[in-house]
Amino acid sequence: MKGPGDRFDGWTSVAVALTGGYLLLVIWPLVMVLINSFAGGGEFSLAGFEKFFSSRLYYGTLTNSILVTVCVTVLALVVAFPLAYFMTMFRIGGSRSIQMLILASMMSPPFIGAYSWILLLGNNGMITKFIEDTLGFKPPSIYGFAGIVLVLTLQLVPLIFTYLMGAWRTIDVSLLEASESMGITGWRRAVQVISPLLWPTVLAGSLLVFVRAFADFGTPMLIGQGFRTVPVLIYSSFVGEVSIDKSFAAAVSVIVIAVTLAVFLLQRYLVSRRTFSMTALRSIEPRRLPGWRGVAVHIYVYGFLTLALAPLVVVVFSSFRKTLYGQLVDGFSLDSYVDSQRDILRYVGNTFGIGITALIILVVIAVLVAYLTVRRKGALSGTLDTMTMVPYVVPGLVIGIALVTAFSQGPFMLTGTFAIMVIALAIRRLPYSVRSTTALMYQLNPSIEEAATSLGASKFRTLVRIIIPALAPGILSGAILSWVTIITELSTTLFLYNTSTQTLSLGIYAEVIRGQLGTAAALSTVLLVLTMLSLILLMKLPGGQKELRV
Amino acid sequence: MSYLSVNNATKQFGESFKALNGISVAVERGEFFTLLGPSGCGKTTLLRSIAGFNDLTSGEITLGGANLRVVPPHQRDIGMVFQDYAVFPHLSVFDNVAFGLKPRKVSAEAIKARVAEALAAVRLDAMADRLPAAMSGGQQQRIGLARAMVINPQLLLMDEPLSNLDAKLRIELREEIRDIQKQVNIATIYVTHDQEEALAISDRICVMNAGRIEQIGTPQEIYGNPQTQFVATFVGTLNFLNAGAALDAMLGQLNLSAAAAKSWAVRPEHLDLLVDGAPTSDGATLSGMVSKFTYLGREAHLQVETEVGRLVVQLANPGMAATKAVGETVSINVQPSAPMAFDAEGRRISSKG
Repeated sequence: MKGPGDRFDGWTSVAVALTGGYLLLVIWPLVMVLINSFAGGGEFSLAGFEKFFSSRLYYGTLTNSILVTVCVTVLALVVAFPLAYFMTMFRIGGSRSIQMLILASMMSPPFIGAYSWILLLGNNGMITKFIEDTLGFKPPSIYGFAGIVLVLTLQLVPLIFTYLMGAWRTIDVSLLEASESMGITGWRRAVQVISPLLWPTVLAGSLLVFVRAFADFGTPMLIGQGFRTVPVLIYSSFVGEVSIDKSFAAAVSVIVIAVTLAVFLLQRYLVSRRTFSMTALRSIEPRRLPGWRGVAVHIYVYGFLTLALAPLVVVVFSSFRKTLYGQLVDGFSLDSYVDSQRDILRYVGNTFGIGITALIILVVIAVLVAYLTVRRKGALSGTLDTMTMVPYVVPGLVIGIALVTAFSQGPFMLTGTFAIMVIALAIRRLPYSVRSTTALMYQLNPSIEEAATSLGASKFRTLVRIIIPALAPGILSGAILSWVTIITELSTTLFLYNTSTQTLSLGIYAEVIRGQLGTAAALSTVLLVLTMLSLILLMKLPGGQKELRV
Repeated sequence: MSYLSVNNATKQFGESFKALNGISVAVERGEFFTLLGPSGCGKTTLLRSIAGFNDLTSGEITLGGANLRVVPPHQRDIGMVFQDYAVFPHLSVFDNVAFGLKPRKVSAEAIKARVAEALAAVRLDAMADRLPAAMSGGQQQRIGLARAMVINPQLLLMDEPLSNLDAKLRIELREEIRDIQKQVNIATIYVTHDQEEALAISDRICVMNAGRIEQIGTPQEIYGNPQTQFVATFVGTLNFLNAGAALDAMLGQLNLSAAAAKSWAVRPEHLDLLVDGAPTSDGATLSGMVSKFTYLGREAHLQVETEVGRLVVQLANPGMAATKAVGETVSINVQPSAPMAFDAEGRRISSKG
């Protein structure tokens, strides 16, 4: 007898379909990359790996990458921890606005930071020129290692800061009072009590910083010059500045994935050894810090804010400057906008077309996967959940390469199409969307669904009329955050676009590479405005505040 | 054949755990039937099997003569009320209650009328347009009740609907539930672990323990004539009497005996204190020393050390004078009807001499 308890139903078909789609669009392309990395001239060979480890020119990029990533991760943590500590413990003037602005700087397109620090401190930068003119010496160069670390650190501090602030809210004030009653206060309390409580969060945040910094392509490409990191090597060997070597690019991609995966597993292991969950009945109330210490704390917070926002201000400012042959010159005009208005419209159109399509697919898949993993625990949904996490450890550039490799010939000729752009962006964001939607789904009371069933609603009606509307505020907030990251994504789509599918962020990249700094600034400003409008929209949503409560 | 009948139901979780172990119950039309037992006894598993949220490992469920196990849960036409209310947070009170009527192809005017009627029955008619989020637990559960009732189901299931509410509201709402159920006359299965609630609300009670049925009967039968030691201790409390010469003497005096008796017990409320000097009309007298006095307002519990062991005596409406000091000597009267005998398996056996 086939009773209702047998769990083969519509949801099983959904799980099978999603798994199939994932195998085709994510796993198969990545397997192709893996195969390519071991195949030279049609047979098994380790030539790609041998080449990588044979010359300092190549393996040096790996040490460069690791050096940059470790420095950025440590620095970001060192800067973010006091920032979060001060913001939590002490009353800082304009605290809410500060948190909003820090978030805005985190959400701004990563490569705009690199580009605008070049505008400030590059060979022809505003500060460089100012120092040369007034003080008569050349300031140290922004290009190379220092520049990459500066830009990435400023970009990623807000990320880890956000994590820390979230964790801080779960610490009950009674824990601090208890340690105070035992005579442990001030920095000793921060080290002995607070740090261990924040440890899992610090690890999770650090992993994210590590993965982002390691995989970042735009920043080292723009500001690194001679200092090459692995993603830059992958890009140049795949695009072929000198010669196209796809098997070599594949081999380097595999090495990158291996490093990221190792760090990911290490973090998992470290966190699993000390997990605990806390909920604060009474969160920490910030108190006023008087005297010179209060001033010092304000200087620290506002100092960071200035550094974090400087690139955004510079870009907007530069977009209104006059240009001559692409270079910025004295005087103001709207030429950068007027001259490139056609491009702007095309880029914005593509950004919306591709971005919104990807977003809809993303949200639908995330809801389905989240439902399956939360409500239909089983082998299939477990596999699906693991598979959706795969792109988390794969750099965007590699996802792009994998899709190009898999869909450039044969039955699925997709390179250069609208579809491939949508697929790439959706795949890239899925791990994050699935995670946040799964967390939402866990909060939904299972008996709500059973109530709908007992009232006669079919599975489909329950999904559409109950589950999705009940989760709608959270889904919508998550979707806006995904939207922001979709419109600022660069590396994933770098190999996949053509002029008819070029988005704003791809347009900015192209203009910077072509040396059209004015146009790039105008495009960046448009992208920033879009980003900020999206964040403001999020703030206006019911419950959106919570999402943003950094 | 009964309206709802469950035959020989078993439910196995994993290799070894049997949540239901051969359960058979029969519920009649319009009956208020309660499943009572401690947590983990299988009562909720049985309820959810009837609702269709989990299937039985083996056994039969029929409703109105039709096999229920082949019907998917959303087509069973069974209303359910949940412990955690399960109101739809994004829908107004009205839309919550109307939710089940829409798939039933009820016209818009009829929906309006029926929802209004159901809301009036649970006294929420003034709040139809509100969202449930800001409402109290009691109000949310009233929505749950109206929502389950309004579809006019063949059967109403309630899974500990009152256990998340505070004590006073619990009593108020349980009276309402009983009244409404009698009014709509829908057969109802009610799950609870609260014995007082079960006694107050039910036509019949089924006491469950460890996946088995201990006893099915009216509240009077369950409390007044428990068939097992488990039922006697779960519904009410028991004083167990120590075996020995003193117990034998007392039973002899009361003319009670049971050859297979493993244990003898007596309810605290079936013991009386003897006023000093008053003659004992019948029954046996035990004397002992007070070791604790607990005052609870409408009753008091007096713990007395006697020859047959420590006994708790319940004193109804204790006045100021009823207070006893620790160490005081008291006499306890035991009526012949008070002691209960249980055999080695915990089954109640006849104690007539």
